[in-house]
Amino acid sequence: MNPEHDTPGSAHDEARRSFLKQSSLLTAMALVPGPLVQAASAELDEKVAAVFEKIPLKLEVNGIKHKLSVEPRTTLLDLLRENLNLTGTKKGCDYGQCGACTVHVDGQRVNSCLSFAVMHEGKKITTIEGLADGDKLHPMQEAFIKHDGFQCGYCTPGQIMSAVACIREGKADSEGEIREYMSGNICRCGAYSNIVAAIQEVKGGGQKV
Amino acid sequence: MNEQPKPKKQIGAPMNRVDARQKVTGAATYSAEYQLPNMTYAVLVGSTVTKGRLTGIDTKAAERAPGVLAVITHLNAPKPPSPKPEGKDPSQPQTQGNPLQVFNDDKIRFNDQPIAVVVADSWERARYAAGLVQAQYAKEAHQTNLEANADKAFLPTAAKKNPKHPMNDYQRGQVDAYKTGAVKLESEYVIPTEVHHPMELQAITAHWEAPDRLTLYDKTQGTLATRRDFAKQWNLPEENVKVIATYVGGAFGNALHSWPHESAAILAAKVVNRPVKLMLTREQMFTMVGYRPYTWQKLGMSATPDGKITGITHESIGQTSTYEEFTEATLAQTRMMYQSPNVTTRYRLAALDIGSPIWMRGPGEATGAFALESAMDEMAYLLNLDPLEFRLRNYTDEDPEKNKPWSTKFLKECYKLGADRIGWSKRQLKPGSLRDGDWLIGYGMGVGTFGAHRGAATVGAQLLPNGTVLLQCATTDIGPGTGTAMTQIAADTLGISPDKIKFELGNSSFPKAVTQGGSSTVNSVGPATQEACLALKDKLRTLAGAAFSTAKAEDITFEGGQTVMRNDANGKLPLQIGLRNNPSVKVSYSDILRQNGQQNVSATVEAKPGGEGQKYSMYSFSVHFAEVRVHQLTGEVRVSKLVSCADAGTIVNEKTAGNQMKGGAVGGIGMALMEHARIDDRFGRYVTKDFADYHVPVHADSPAVEVAFVNQPDPHVNALGTKGIGEIAIIGVAPAIANAVFNATGKRIRELPITPDKLI
Repeated sequence: MNPEHDTPGSAHDEARRSFLKQSSLLTAMALVPGPLVQAASAELDEKVAAVFEKIPLKLEVNGIKHKLSVEPRTTLLDLLRENLNLTGTKKGCDYGQCGACTVHVDGQRVNSCLSFAVMHEGKKITTIEGLADGDKLHPMQEAFIKHDGFQCGYCTPGQIMSAVACIREGKADSEGEIREYMSGNICRCGAYSNIVAAIQEVKGGGQKV
Repeated sequence: MNEQPKPKKQIGAPMNRVDARQKVTGAATYSAEYQLPNMTYAVLVGSTVTKGRLTGIDTKAAERAPGVLAVITHLNAPKPPSPKPEGKDPSQPQTQGNPLQVFNDDKIRFNDQPIAVVVADSWERARYAAGLVQAQYAKEAHQTNLEANADKAFLPTAAKKNPKHPMNDYQRGQVDAYKTGAVKLESEYVIPTEVHHPMELQAITAHWEAPDRLTLYDKTQGTLATRRDFAKQWNLPEENVKVIATYVGGAFGNALHSWPHESAAILAAKVVNRPVKLMLTREQMFTMVGYRPYTWQKLGMSATPDGKITGITHESIGQTSTYEEFTEATLAQTRMMYQSPNVTTRYRLAALDIGSPIWMRGPGEATGAFALESAMDEMAYLLNLDPLEFRLRNYTDEDPEKNKPWSTKFLKECYKLGADRIGWSKRQLKPGSLRDGDWLIGYGMGVGTFGAHRGAATVGAQLLPNGTVLLQCATTDIGPGTGTAMTQIAADTLGISPDKIKFELGNSSFPKAVTQGGSSTVNSVGPATQEACLALKDKLRTLAGAAFSTAKAEDITFEGGQTVMRNDANGKLPLQIGLRNNPSVKVSYSDILRQNGQQNVSATVEAKPGGEGQKYSMYSFSVHFAEVRVHQLTGEVRVSKLVSCADAGTIVNEKTAGNQMKGGAVGGIGMALMEHARIDDRFGRYVTKDFADYHVPVHADSPAVEVAFVNQPDPHVNALGTKGIGEIAIIGVAPAIANAVFNATGKRIRELPITPDKLI
């Protein structure tokens, strides 16, 4: 059974209702002229702001269920890094252009900087911290070590998450195909040759990824 | 030290990285990933004009926004006691002027210059509030175009003040002799601004642990340089400032300087009296943390009809900011690479209304090599000679600039290795000779060199009770695998397995070391590691003698991680071992500690260069061979094969060293074909703001790069024989590709990057 982490006072069952209520309020405020919005927000004290800004969210990260209260503007990336202390997922551009923030959402690779956390209600997220089986590394992690598929290591979690998905998608049948389907993950250190070698080894090994 | 390291076992082996597991599991902690209680978040607000003065700044709305703790501008910023830190590079005081002081006055010196920092209890809140800050400016006319300001270019002040400064004009033989040569050429070359763009955004977490004690988790290539700058800025004793950079997510030079955002985060932490985390955005990485400067070059060359160079004149103008004079060795390679009786170089700067540049991988040499190595190719065509043969005819067996012997030079061996691997014999001299359907195929080469620099470094070594060894040094690892290489060096020196060794780095509290830059880390820290381990063994020998009553030091040797004590003629080995009649006995390091009742034994040793630099010219060398395919209709260039060969002395780890070479080659592909940070001069603002506009090579742009090392130790640079890899990995790659494009198409592109519009 998975452990369950509760955030006090999140009232998760009311999530949808209160989200709708708040989002209509936000929509309404968006239609009000700017100065009025500023004046209104200026009067909000911290407590009101906290309640007003936050939305309940339930999701599962690396097998752990979380009940959270998050701002709608918080990206999945920032939620992982700043709220859940899962800093293995990296911020490299915030525009979905570099792939450093790649995670799996219900098994699919996703740029976590390009999606808001609240879009993932009820979903299962896997980050680099959740890829290994306890102390036993995932074959892709082992292959990256063996082939030295990194230098500084900053793009590495994203490369590995993307590489696993690339094989699962059936897009790792040739060197050319791997290069094409891994091109969303930039490595400025330029370890591309070694990353491709690692992926080819895992693919060729036929292990379940 | 009377003992040489044991036969090489780990040095040279393709050992996996010691920090590999941390890097593949997400456990490696970079500077924005430290969890501190009461963390706050800072976001910078940048100027929207390029030059002028701030006439007003309205922060009221931002201050009232939820979660905001402070909005700091020049109007309310506390002034550090000494707000003028020096340039950050400790080894070469080339940078003149003062790094930008944030919030120090109302002056705007470049677009996106920080004019405010907003601190809030979450990043989202800080970012939102930063958008509410309103500024008014008195605009002044700005200059951001180098060519439009070329007539105002000047000799760097450091050169004016010191006639021996390397940025002065250089003359060997006759001035501009190329103009009267038998066969001559004169070409202009342009390198646009390129940005380092490490994948980790520049980030700092600043924490005042007490009013006079500051801890920085900072992206820096030099923990000690950063400590020195900010200790000075805040008038603190250096030991009160601690800089931690355990992991650095790439840098390529842009963390060799103290930047405005670091000052801003430290100020902000002072104001809110809580830890402050500040991470730049990708857009801000263009504007305020350095770049490879836009550089114009002109190269004239003459040769005899049989291919002997008779004269070279190389001039360049690089851009710098209005508040610092940034210089780099753009013309260095031209002075020493080829045998020419007459060489003239002239280096100038143009000060523009932009942020300061900073050394970017293979710094000036990569820029200069684009001109020199392109010109070598052009001249080879004029002479109807194979470019490799032309280079061989002008090969130098001693340094023609300093008139000294090379410490070692195996460039000819590199030529051979590379030519064989790329299949140079397939190359046709006539451009456009080879094709595959619509694809034109061409081959080109480019040579690189960089000084085998070495600085002073200190390493502390400690033998712990469990027989493991802990080594510490303040150096950093931005990606090459410093800790891994040092572990291998220590393993060989101590004769113990690498898994019993831990090398800690990236902390200013550790023994001092060079900044990681200029390909100097292994050259400098390697010998310090070796000597610290040797000193540790000397201490062990003494302890062994004391504990086991063996008299003479020379009777104690080391083998396989154990101390071997030879039984002398009098049989003085201790009775308790019960081996009186044995010729020798082996005792483990930990047993020696135990016998002496000691918890550990330690040695801290500084290693520094001697007079070798006076006797020899010490350089690493590389050659890069490229095979390109150019689509004759679309002008698309694909690098189909790249071979990089290096004479970098001893290779400590062929796996990580090979990776570093491959990475430099990929960087060279970016330089040759795509990287261009473009400013709209009307506004003085970058129009390239992210990876959608500023292209760097991705997987699909990069062929499998083949690497070969000569792997001959240099006996002069240090006892390990290393010369350095980081820079020569990229120097010469861009011209190799440009020359291959010419060989494929007959089109000589002298302005990088080589985009399709320049070929169709």
